[in-house]
Amino acid sequence: MTATDSVAGRHAAPETASVAPAIELRGISKAFGPVQANKDISMTVPRGTIHGIVGENGAGKSTLMSILYGFYRPDAGQILIGGRDAGITDSQSAIRAGIGMVFQHFKLVPNMTVLENVILGAEDSALLAPSLSRARGELRRLAEEYELQVDPDAVVETLSVGHQQRVEILKALYRHADILILDEPTGVLTPAEAEHLFRILRGLREQGKTIIVITHKLREVMEITDNVSVMRRGEMVATVRTADTSPEQLAELMVGRKVLLRVDKAPARPGAPVLEVVRLEMVDRTGVTRLRGVDLTVRAGEIVGIAGVSGNGQTQLMEILGGYAEPGARVTGAVRMNGADLPLTRTDAAARRRAGIGNIPEDRQVEGLIMDFSCWENTVFGHHRDPEYQSGPLMDNDRVRQRAERLIAQFDVRPANCHLAARNFSGGNQQKIVVAREIEEKPALLLVGQPTRGVDIGAIEFIHRRLIEMRDAGAAILLVSVELDEIMGLSDRIVVMFDGRIMGERQPDQTSAAELGMLMAGVEGGGIPPAQGQPRAHPDARPDLAKGIL
Amino acid sequence: MDYATVLQILDSALRLMTPLLLACLAGLFSERSGIFDIGLEGKMLIAAFAAGAAGALTGSVWLGLGAAVLASLALAAIHGMTAITFRGNQLISGVAINFLASGLTVLLGQSWFGLGGRTPALEGGARFATITLPGAEALRGVPVVGPLYAEVLSGHTLPVYVALALVPATWWLLYRTRFGLRLRAVGDNPASVDTAGVSVVRLRWAAVAITGVLCGLAGAYLAAGLSAGFVKEMTAGRGYIALAALIFANWMPWRALGATFLFGLMEAVANRYPEIDLGPVTIPSMFMSALPYILTVIILAGFIGRATPPRAGGEPYVKER
Amino acid sequence: MTRLPRWADLILTPLISLALAFAISAVVILAIGQDPWAALKTMVTGAVGSSYGWGYTLYYATNFIFTGLAVAVAAHAGLFNIGAEGQATLGGLGVALVCLALPWPHWALALPAAMLGGALFGAAWALIPAWLQAKRGSHVVITTIMFNFIAAALLNWVLVNVLRPPGSQDPATANFPAGTHLPTLSDMAGAIGVQWGKATPANVSFLIAIAACLLVWLLIWRTPLGYEIRAFGKSERAARYAGISPVRITVVAMLISGALAGLMAVNNVMGEAGRLVLNNVEGAGFIGIAVALMGRNHPLGIFLAALLFGFLYQGGAELALFSNIPRELITVIQALVILFTGALDNMVRMPLERLFGRRAG
Repeated sequence: MTATDSVAGRHAAPETASVAPAIELRGISKAFGPVQANKDISMTVPRGTIHGIVGENGAGKSTLMSILYGFYRPDAGQILIGGRDAGITDSQSAIRAGIGMVFQHFKLVPNMTVLENVILGAEDSALLAPSLSRARGELRRLAEEYELQVDPDAVVETLSVGHQQRVEILKALYRHADILILDEPTGVLTPAEAEHLFRILRGLREQGKTIIVITHKLREVMEITDNVSVMRRGEMVATVRTADTSPEQLAELMVGRKVLLRVDKAPARPGAPVLEVVRLEMVDRTGVTRLRGVDLTVRAGEIVGIAGVSGNGQTQLMEILGGYAEPGARVTGAVRMNGADLPLTRTDAAARRRAGIGNIPEDRQVEGLIMDFSCWENTVFGHHRDPEYQSGPLMDNDRVRQRAERLIAQFDVRPANCHLAARNFSGGNQQKIVVAREIEEKPALLLVGQPTRGVDIGAIEFIHRRLIEMRDAGAAILLVSVELDEIMGLSDRIVVMFDGRIMGERQPDQTSAAELGMLMAGVEGGGIPPAQGQPRAHPDARPDLAKGIL
Repeated sequence: MDYATVLQILDSALRLMTPLLLACLAGLFSERSGIFDIGLEGKMLIAAFAAGAAGALTGSVWLGLGAAVLASLALAAIHGMTAITFRGNQLISGVAINFLASGLTVLLGQSWFGLGGRTPALEGGARFATITLPGAEALRGVPVVGPLYAEVLSGHTLPVYVALALVPATWWLLYRTRFGLRLRAVGDNPASVDTAGVSVVRLRWAAVAITGVLCGLAGAYLAAGLSAGFVKEMTAGRGYIALAALIFANWMPWRALGATFLFGLMEAVANRYPEIDLGPVTIPSMFMSALPYILTVIILAGFIGRATPPRAGGEPYVKER
Repeated sequence: MTRLPRWADLILTPLISLALAFAISAVVILAIGQDPWAALKTMVTGAVGSSYGWGYTLYYATNFIFTGLAVAVAAHAGLFNIGAEGQATLGGLGVALVCLALPWPHWALALPAAMLGGALFGAAWALIPAWLQAKRGSHVVITTIMFNFIAAALLNWVLVNVLRPPGSQDPATANFPAGTHLPTLSDMAGAIGVQWGKATPANVSFLIAIAACLLVWLLIWRTPLGYEIRAFGKSERAARYAGISPVRITVVAMLISGALAGLMAVNNVMGEAGRLVLNNVEGAGFIGIAVALMGRNHPLGIFLAALLFGFLYQGGAELALFSNIPRELITVIQALVILFTGALDNMVRMPLERLFGRRAG
């Protein structure tokens, strides 16, 4: 590992200097039961750099960083901070060693103020008053220095996600962190918020802080990091200078083989409109407007993809279409299926299924499956009242089991044992069970949410192929995904959602990730954005590469 | 109803409020730390028994109090073990603790004293002595306020004043100290405390221990203050009323005082007037005794105010990313 | 994490929990200077050593089967119904009203009507907590506790002010008409010429309890409604996705639960007492919690656990008669069973999982 030039062209610590690296990990291993999450991992991060850690879901990135933060104890290995064994045994000692961490799911107390959250665990004395007044001054200073403005007296749950993230960063800085770890920091941010975050991170680097960013978005890695480490199946497979690598190379390192996940498909032959959504509005139980007049049409034989940062109304739209809108929400507008109005006020997912709407939900573990039910019981979930599975007042379990055996064979679910509980299958095989169930009912309209989230590459290809087959057989498919490349690869038309609105519609072959990104950020018209002082070839320019990973 | 009657009822309400207030504050500490406790009843019961037994055997109220606190702490430790160490179901644990106390008190009481589950009557130094507040006699003559001070506020036993003092003390601890900040945080989002390098386990054990001590005091007051000795099932649902008061109070100390005083007052009125004659209708005593429970259900239903329990309440803490 | 084999999960863990509960109880008996072995012998002889003992054991077990099933049905829907006590109290009122309403000519006519009355009243008492949970999010545990107290006060008022016969000082109803007297198991044995359980209260309700076990098993594992109850109990969000209405399942599961608890009154109020008295449930609603936990919410397990607690109850009564150990010993055992099977489940499970993990690995 060598010190590097940063993207911005700033010289980092020279490799000849005797300055110890900020972080050095030696031979870290960690197992959770039979799962080896980290295998003999060594890594060095020079002081004053931004270091990316990339890898697929489940590659062990978050585990490694949680070990560095003392949240988990490694089974073996050593952690050196500034060249010395920091003796990190718990989060307390990691904090003392100058490490701060911003978790993917923020660790804030929602009904406390920003100030209280910042001093929690770092109080000066048994009484709060002195700590609170000191923190107030300190926050003012940090806000000016790093663009980290946030109202210290605001209650955290009233803040936007972007501001909550700032509170997390402030928490770390208040504890004098020299090393800041961020786990998937942009997952919930709009592109504009992400840009602001990157400015903050660059500012921190200028002050000599060392930053580690865990992500699976290669675009961000290329934009912000100085060096990048790649993890695969619990192992560290490479550490390279960002300037010396390309998204294609990183993608290949991540999955361990040449990635060319181009989705082969014939041009769509759209038929009559199956789903029509007209001026759909939704105000949730707490009074927040989630949908602001959505208009949408999906025809037979086409896939319409909805692009957008998660949390911009996609979930609510899919729930309304699926017939299970949040209780207490107010929904207006119209949803028509083959020209007939579907009721909006009376939520009834079972009736939607009878009307021919299939639904692959965004979160299979929380919605699509009952994890403690056996595989065969899950294969009729949602269809369990269909007459074909009943005999008299009872359920015809033999028939359900026979059908489950058939589906398992057909969709290559492994292990091929329909009596196992759903939680004993891997993510990809769980998803196959859901996809099998929903496709098998031959719906006229298929709602698909995040079909490949947390699914291994092999299963991704399989699921994508099935969706294309469905389309070619004449089904109308509405796809929601936060993976822009999945949207661009599968869709015949793309609409972009932002803040509960449809920002625009594009043809996949006549748009770019950059243009969609502008729409996703809420920029009307979505013209080609000006290059922002980054002369290098932007990975966005080649969206057909490394699909599902960028 | 004349002024003297009002004073008598208020005086009685204050006494009946005390075990409720102590148990309610006990529950407040536990639930604010994220551990539901429907075992307040059991802890109070076993503490009352311990106070009665130790008081009868030693003749000292202080040894009785010590035994009460220890007995209550023992049951609190079981709850801590299930809720914190073994991440079990806190509601079921509470139910078990209530039955354990209900069974053990009679089993031990019968075999030690042979009085059908009661302990011998406590007298003299085995009971809490009444305390006359300074100037009570001198001020008695002052109209309206004087008798209120002398009759209602003065002349109670130590636990009554301790319970009252615990209200501002709990408020101060909760909102003005490091311990309080962490306690509130651990009940709402334990991960925030854990990632800040503070032990969730230790905080919750501390809260459970405080709950044990306060329930111990409440039980001791029942056996050696309010009554003179332990009687089978003497808590008579007070642990549940305290729980109701805690919900009524929305888990806040000052409101806990208000809620328990209200419930104490209702009990005092019901004791004084078994049947309240309102002309056309007579309110039966059973209605008065059920009123705290009915009120709690109405509060829980959200028709008056809204009860928002600590968010992490009842959930065992498991580390996750 | 290693998972236990199914048989170990279903059989071994409850048995170990039970053994722990008995062991600690034995220590308690020793601590009060009694002989646990002698105590056990007294209990066994008293509860199952004669047909007389069995007659009582089965009578108690019948109560516990109903309340155990009540707790279990709610538990499958993810609801902890602590209110079986209150629901059974109201069930008693329903049964009493039916029995006193008409001069019933024959028990075979009175029984279905009384069952309906008990089930309806029990279900009605569960309805408000259920509705509040479903619609207002009020925690069913707290509301059902409150409803137990309210039920006790209500029954007290009804018995004192409404149903007490003129001139009686006793807070109880008049005796039920002769046409409501249920045949005891002893009568039924006598009808086929067998001398069994003379003067014991076990009655035809025991057979109804067994039928209830079968019906609950069918309901939970063989009907679409049972499928929905179990699915909702595992994940509310998944249930909504699948078109299962949380409000409907919460209310329906609690209604069934309350009805089962209310049915208990056919046994104790109609079959045994022949009139409605104060506190007639005697904690059976709470024992249902222990029974359901120990029986792993499965009707067969509940049947066996109810028999066990019937044995403990009758044995405990004998113990109180023939030794210096009060019957509250049973409350202690009940508490320990609840503690070990319900709350300290992980304590029992963890070493077992390690053991099985080592064997498998």
